[in-house]
Amino acid sequence: MFKLEGHAVLIRKPTDLGEADVTPHEIYLGRRRFLASGLAVAGAALGGALWAPAADAGIRLGEVRPGPFGTDEALTDRKDVLTYNNFYEFGVSKSDPARYAHRMKTDPWSVTVSGECEKPGTLALEDILAPHAFEERIYRLRCVEGWSMVIPWIGFPLGDLLKRFAPTSKAKYVEFETLYDKKQMPGQRRRVLDWPYREGLRMDEAMHPLTLMAVGLYGEVLPNQNGAPLRLVVPWKYGFKSIKSIVAIRFRETQPTSSWMKAGPREYGFYSNVNPDVPHPRWSQKRERRIGEFRKRPTLMFNGYAEQVASLYRGMDLKKYF
Amino acid sequence: MFRPLLKPMVFLACLLPLGWLLWGFQADRLGANPIDEIADATGEWTLRLLLLTLAATPLKRLSGWAWPLRLRRMLGLFAFFYALLHLSTYLWLDQFFDWPEIGADILKRPFITVGMLAFALLLPLAATSNRAAVRRLGRNWKRLHRLAYLAPALGVLHYWWLVKADVLAPLVYGTLLTLLLAARLVHATGGRRPPAAARSRPPGAEAEPARR
Repeated sequence: MFKLEGHAVLIRKPTDLGEADVTPHEIYLGRRRFLASGLAVAGAALGGALWAPAADAGIRLGEVRPGPFGTDEALTDRKDVLTYNNFYEFGVSKSDPARYAHRMKTDPWSVTVSGECEKPGTLALEDILAPHAFEERIYRLRCVEGWSMVIPWIGFPLGDLLKRFAPTSKAKYVEFETLYDKKQMPGQRRRVLDWPYREGLRMDEAMHPLTLMAVGLYGEVLPNQNGAPLRLVVPWKYGFKSIKSIVAIRFRETQPTSSWMKAGPREYGFYSNVNPDVPHPRWSQKRERRIGEFRKRPTLMFNGYAEQVASLYRGMDLKKYF
Repeated sequence: MFRPLLKPMVFLACLLPLGWLLWGFQADRLGANPIDEIADATGEWTLRLLLLTLAATPLKRLSGWAWPLRLRRMLGLFAFFYALLHLSTYLWLDQFFDWPEIGADILKRPFITVGMLAFALLLPLAATSNRAAVRRLGRNWKRLHRLAYLAPALGVLHYWWLVKADVLAPLVYGTLLTLLLAARLVHATGGRRPPAAARSRPPGAEAEPARR
């Protein structure tokens, strides 16, 4: 354990850690600013070149209670979750985010809330997180490209956060935006997508108890490549809906246009629910490869969350509203 | 000294990508999704080798060296070899010989349709690459082997339609292919007017006197 200015900075493999080593919620919040500088120092102490942020070390999150909707399927290897990412802000290759995401500065971080709500404003991340208790949600993640993972996220229901801003009756949709800064996100130097990355949900989808605002995974603070410090997890939709590194939330009366809808309106719809019966023009969506497995498995309607969410879309033609 | 070693060395070099994939697969060094990695790598090497094959003639014309042409057939056959690995990866590792699903893919997914077509074009080229076939086909051999221009074009299209947003890599391959084909066009049109004298000169030099 490294002692820096009297604070205990925990940088060890998760397997080495016991209950006593875990950072309680309030201390995590209070310490974030310190850690941003402290970790770099500790990293240097570990031996400069070997320091790959968030690759082998994680800051443990304490006081995490198990949440609902879990699965007993085998978890995807932590290493795969941390090194196989689609996060085009850092490059289009799956290995780019793990390589370049350390350039993103997540502390200080703030989120601007605007649009159809009574309490708009810009909040520091600490103030966003403070009232919420963290819980662990083990969810399936299905990428539109035909692969999937099972990830133990840590976070809190998005609905609990949105309620705090008192959305008005005009708020029919909510739109999210990722950080846009070419210095921190080298992938944004090229216009692969229309930056900043945007995503959106219908209000009832956003308020659904499955929809998670995540701050961590595998018991530790979100690694940058997985969308630190704040990302969405919408497990019944294709992975790209689960927007990462959020800096803006906007309540809207009209349906937002996501970055992928702009990039390919025929290929990416607003809903993008996991649906084995509606093929993507370039991929059949009937099956998927679970990372770590060899043969493909059948893809489940709404990624296996039909029982929870099918009622949201009752009466809708899902081939039309894909 | 150099000449007898050239072919074996290039032969071994062409096996390096396969060696890397085999080693990487058993050593778990191909990342979280090794099957996709194998499919991507074999596809890219098919395109690279097809372009190298097409580079032989312009390189010979520009430099006067004979050795690029001596490598052409081997490079072409290796391109076919990686295309075969690419297709096998799709049929076996990716689809596990699910024929109805494969059939639907070919019919419904344009990038797969075009990829299959590109592979189909390579088949007669590989089959007629031996000396006996060259002799037997005579003038038609050359005509048939013009398919070597079309196959990589379809390969680039296959790649272009596959990528989600970033077309940079297929764009690079497409540009190189265009340059290689343009070099042939320049040679074919430029070489006709000044009959014998220009043949040994690089194509660019031919236009010079006319401009003045």
